[in-house]
Amino acid sequence: MLDIRFFDLLTGSVKTWEIFLISRLPRLLAILCTGIGMSVAGLIMQQLCMNKFVSPTTGATISSAQFGILLALLFAPGSTLWGRAAFSFVCAVLGTWVFVWFIQRIRFKDVVMVPLVGIMFSNIVMGVTNYLAYKYEMTQALSSWLVGHFSTVIRGRYELVWLTVPLVVLAFVFANHFNIVGMGKDFSQNLGVPYDLVLFMGLTIAAMITASVVVVVGSISYIGLIVPNIVAIFKGDQIRGTLVDTALFGAVFVLVCDMIGRVVIYPYELPIELIVGVIGSILFVGLLLYRLRHGRKAVRLGKAAKKTGGAA
Amino acid sequence: MFVKEITKRYDGKAVVDGVSFEIPKGKVLSLIGPNGAGKSTVMGMLSRLIARDSGLVDFEGTEITRWKSRELSKRLAILTQANNVQMKLTVRELVAFGRFPYSGGRLTQEDNEIIDRTIAYMELGDFEEQFIDELSGGQRQRAYIAMVIAQDTEYILLDEPTNNLDIYHATNLMRIVRRLCDELGKTVILVLHEINYAAFYSDYICAFVNGKIAKFGTVQEVITKENLSDIYKVDFEIMQIEGKPLSIYY
Repeated sequence: MLDIRFFDLLTGSVKTWEIFLISRLPRLLAILCTGIGMSVAGLIMQQLCMNKFVSPTTGATISSAQFGILLALLFAPGSTLWGRAAFSFVCAVLGTWVFVWFIQRIRFKDVVMVPLVGIMFSNIVMGVTNYLAYKYEMTQALSSWLVGHFSTVIRGRYELVWLTVPLVVLAFVFANHFNIVGMGKDFSQNLGVPYDLVLFMGLTIAAMITASVVVVVGSISYIGLIVPNIVAIFKGDQIRGTLVDTALFGAVFVLVCDMIGRVVIYPYELPIELIVGVIGSILFVGLLLYRLRHGRKAVRLGKAAKKTGGAA
Repeated sequence: MFVKEITKRYDGKAVVDGVSFEIPKGKVLSLIGPNGAGKSTVMGMLSRLIARDSGLVDFEGTEITRWKSRELSKRLAILTQANNVQMKLTVRELVAFGRFPYSGGRLTQEDNEIIDRTIAYMELGDFEEQFIDELSGGQRQRAYIAMVIAQDTEYILLDEPTNNLDIYHATNLMRIVRRLCDELGKTVILVLHEINYAAFYSDYICAFVNGKIAKFGTVQEVITKENLSDIYKVDFEIMQIEGKPLSIYY
């Protein structure tokens, strides 16, 4: 563990700059991309599926991405990061499509059924992944992708995660389309929005964002579930208006979790997945209790509060 | 706009069976009939939301499925019964969606003026910044209608708009429908369950029984004791109130 001080950077020590550029800066960028990407992916999935409990974790996207990595390890052992990413992309997109196709066909009456089915589906995919990993003695190699962590993020091995940036920009461009599709098929058709096309495009974007994070960092749960929900309580569901907040909040959330993970057992560090899991589950329970107590009432901020006299 | 011999089958059973009629322009037309008569299915086919098995829906000289979806959505708007009420959108944001066919989400100055006017027209000004999931059923329905009005189409299709509304809100809604026709010159097509609302507020009535048209004509022509008894299989009495034939059934 090396100390890098801001002052050393200014004085221009070559060694400090090297460490900064090889390890510290990539780690920071990876954290930001992960936070932004996962929360935006969750936001898109929740809108398109019309269900607040759908996310890359509860929609089988993460587990499918991991399955893709396993396939890459099995069938193309010498593949590069980008090669594995390609496998992971394809599987994540297919897995998400299958899940959404399934929930659209079944049409559950209870909204909680949708994430439950997603979790079950996700566990099946994970089960197959684990079975194959055991059978071909890949568990060790795969473990790095099962628990998300930033400790192996260095220059040359993480750049793939930058893919999240153009994808998030794309999501922003089509934010209104996603909103309208989230209002239902008839609603979209009335406004001349091609429902199926936008649905599949949106899911593909969300799955690709997720896969590019999973390939570099590994599985990170909860962010895609919690962050969009918390932002929606304050800001509502209009994606154009909430996407930037969701992305920023996601980035800050992961950054804080990472700092906690590095401090708790200093000088060692805990994997980010563990910290996010602990904090995320507490927040999630809090969120559920809040919903129970306040119904679906929103917390009002700023302009809206003045106009309506500050409800709730 | 007219339909010719449209048919829709579910599992081999014809729900709508060879229906043809012309929609009178600039008038209010109500589709009535018992449950399962095919009113909503006809509405779905009129608005391209439901695919036909056979027949023709002509909209301004062109078969409706040949229209570009975006272009059609500037001329014909439909509000269905099932709307997502979970979404946390403000009334204003919802109404703004009505401008989507025109500006694709980037609201122009003109769009904002239309949204303002529509909100004022529907008397939604007091809660335009409120989320739709916090509104009462009547307010929410008005917000959805406002969105359809902001869409600024010549034809407005409303599928059972008075459903789940109390008498006060349902009556207000029907008055709005009348105003849309009289003040803004819209052609409004409704699916209604309440015969008296249909009789009092529409110009024409089309009555369905078993997927076929039982009667089509002006209100006075259709709303008679004999017709209604035939259509609904219960006894009716008709009274003339304010020149409209209102019915009592028991």
